[in-house]
Amino acid sequence: MLHRLQFTAKKLVRMALLLLGVSLTAFLLMDASPLDPLQTNIGQAALGTMSPEQIARLEEYWGINTPAAERYVGWLGSALRGDFGVSLLYSRPVLAVVGQRLGNSLWLLLFAWVLSGGLGLALGLAAGANRGRWPDRLIRGYCLVISSTPTFWLALLLLMVFSVWLGWLPIGLSVPIGADAASVTLTARLYHALLPGLTLSVTGVAGIALHTREKVVDVLDSDYVLFARARGEGHILRRHVLRNVALPALTLQFASIGEIIGGSVLVEQVFSYPGLGQAAVAAGLGGDLPLLLGITVVTAALVFGGSLAADLLYGVIDPRIRRGAAKA
Amino acid sequence: MTGNRRRSTLFLLILAGGLLLALALAGGLLDDRALTTDFSRKNLPPCPAYLFGTDWMGRDMLARTLTGLSLSLRVGALTAAASAAIALVLGTASAAFGGWVDALVSWLIHLVMGVPHILLIILVSLACGRGFWGVTAGVTLTHWPALARLVRGEVLQLKGAPWLRMSRRLGAPRGKILRNHILPHLLPQFLTGLILQFPHAILHEAGVTFLGFGLPPEQPAIGVILEESMSYLTTGRWWLALFPGLALVLVVVLFALAGERLRLLLSPASAQE
Repeated sequence: MLHRLQFTAKKLVRMALLLLGVSLTAFLLMDASPLDPLQTNIGQAALGTMSPEQIARLEEYWGINTPAAERYVGWLGSALRGDFGVSLLYSRPVLAVVGQRLGNSLWLLLFAWVLSGGLGLALGLAAGANRGRWPDRLIRGYCLVISSTPTFWLALLLLMVFSVWLGWLPIGLSVPIGADAASVTLTARLYHALLPGLTLSVTGVAGIALHTREKVVDVLDSDYVLFARARGEGHILRRHVLRNVALPALTLQFASIGEIIGGSVLVEQVFSYPGLGQAAVAAGLGGDLPLLLGITVVTAALVFGGSLAADLLYGVIDPRIRRGAAKA
Repeated sequence: MTGNRRRSTLFLLILAGGLLLALALAGGLLDDRALTTDFSRKNLPPCPAYLFGTDWMGRDMLARTLTGLSLSLRVGALTAAASAAIALVLGTASAAFGGWVDALVSWLIHLVMGVPHILLIILVSLACGRGFWGVTAGVTLTHWPALARLVRGEVLQLKGAPWLRMSRRLGAPRGKILRNHILPHLLPQFLTGLILQFPHAILHEAGVTFLGFGLPPEQPAIGVILEESMSYLTTGRWWLALFPGLALVLVVVLFALAGERLRLLLSPASAQE
């Protein structure tokens, strides 16, 4: 038990260091940007009509004259106390904006994550078990095409077919237009998240399915499966393959968090779904550095949290790893 | 069977290379046509004269698509080569020196993989002031980790190889060992890695440009074309989005297929299948 705790603590320290690295990298990159936030957000014409005092006040608001190192240390100090600064575009605390946007995205992300993981595993198993035959060829072909398709273009196509031509599903947004936030029902939310969620899951399947297939092929080629076959054992897929594929499948599932979030940035933009991804794009285009920094750090925390969860779950699933970690 | 597959892989590679060259040339030749506006022929659906139709300014969508693809391929080739070079250097250094170099490179790999690519590309693109170099730098800096890991694993394996240990005992200098023993073994893995980077790079370039962080709107990049088509979706001008995207998918599939075939052929585990 003590060893498990030590293992977890080590991973947590590593994660904290990585998050520090992510925030510093993101900060330096934004600081290096030659784009002037005043020009981007207020415009040359409006700036020309302002008095020097007004411009000075705006420069202070966008933090132009403070040195970078001082700003980063200041940001880090307050971030550790849970204050990520104020979003310049939305004029609200960054954490509040991120929380609200993440709340919207969470439906979408969870739906896509579970569906793509389950579907990918099933397709990978089916392809691996039928290696060389038509189901395998079909699934591999699908994976090749879908992984070569830009997510946002697929989203555009689905939008054209289902919303414009057939008129079955709404064109965008997470709730009906003009509806009061309180009156939005769960079904309305799901209805609006259906198409974006479907786009994300359909594209997320490819990587998981292909990797699972490789692993299934390996297991089916192994000596123990040959032996099981020789003994006339049934249920080989369930008893031998599924168990040995479980660990890599788990890794893939948790590693796909980053890809799903990345895909959601594009998909949310197409469907004008007011989620975290759309906020990231708006922050990037508008030079809202505190918000972009906050989103980057929160996203990275989600990704690292995912890999931490995978590491911890290995031990739960596989007793060999549990004992191995205890020995090490 | 093997001969057949070798031939078809070679054919695919030549096709991909030829397409790369042809599109690069076409992009240069069609540049004017892609930007010519002619309001007497605006919003034409696909017809024999304009296979991909025309847009709301009467620009020929076929010419725009081809120039866009050519631009994408150029960005893709540049970024794939640059990120593969980074991967080669970092992966080799990490395995060859070990110790803190290895720890640092692994940490960097985790760092880059921890942030979704698209977000990191947005950040890098902002740092470079958007535009062509912004996307190129962004895609380059996000695409090296997977290949670097592969190279690192390969070099680690090679380090223990008998002929390499022998060479070291015979007193060969480090640089010579690297040149004569390690790099030749890495080459097949590296080349396939390079080709397989290509589709990813193109897709990410298109994505970032679509979001508005990449190539400027006046350039007919695929991302820009698709972004513009968004405003005309609801009015039923489907050809603006369908054909440029389809062309991109075809090109990417071709490269992915060629790379995948090459990987199967070059890796000893599957070469004889």
